[in-house]
Amino acid sequence: MAKQNEIKFLTSQRVEKRQKKYCRFKKMGIRYIDYKDGEFLKKFLNEQGKMLPRRITGNSLKYQRKVSQAIKKARQMALLPYVTDLLK
Amino acid sequence: MFLPDDWFNFLKQIMATENSLQSYELMLILTPVLSDEEYKNTQKKYVDMVKENGGTIVHQDAWGLRSMAYPIAKKTTGLYYVVEFKAPTETIAKVEIQLNRDEAIMRHMVTRLDKYAEAYNLRKRNKTATVENAS
Repeated sequence: MAKQNEIKFLTSQRVEKRQKKYCRFKKMGIRYIDYKDGEFLKKFLNEQGKMLPRRITGNSLKYQRKVSQAIKKARQMALLPYVTDLLK
Repeated sequence: MFLPDDWFNFLKQIMATENSLQSYELMLILTPVLSDEEYKNTQKKYVDMVKENGGTIVHQDAWGLRSMAYPIAKKTTGLYYVVEFKAPTETIAKVEIQLNRDEAIMRHMVTRLDKYAEAYNLRKRNKTATVENAS
């Protein structure tokens, strides 16, 4: 009887659990994001120089906003490109 | 009830004392055709201008010649200059008029710094200073 109640999967279930994303600024206690530091801001850009979404970076809304402001300032001062290919 | 009769002036006074000096950061991109002397003179000109208008300079940083991420005014390099200062709010408008008039300046940006930004800049400065001393 017990065997009949067991659910059988055709493919094995995924056991490993993905690590939860976190906001690196909150975790590290960073309160200000510098627009002069282009190398650091590149972490939040893709190869074309576009900003990565929160979905991927895991930033909290507060710090995503600050990152976006910093990136836009850096772009104005030609520290980061508006558009490119092969940024990294 | 708790405010004095001339409450409007009273509030204005409080705000004036609190906001009398605000921290700013000015970043300039100068044309790369300038000579070293002209570069220094331009720096001095704006530093003096800030001082004349009741500001104090916190830190100056001349980055020198740097390649830019995209060409500005058909030039691929620029002379960067960053200065952090405290000044009354009216100063910025006065300085910006001069910045816009100046032919040597390709681009400028004034950023208002909050207390975290000030702390960050201070820490960064001290860090680079210790590195320089060690080397």
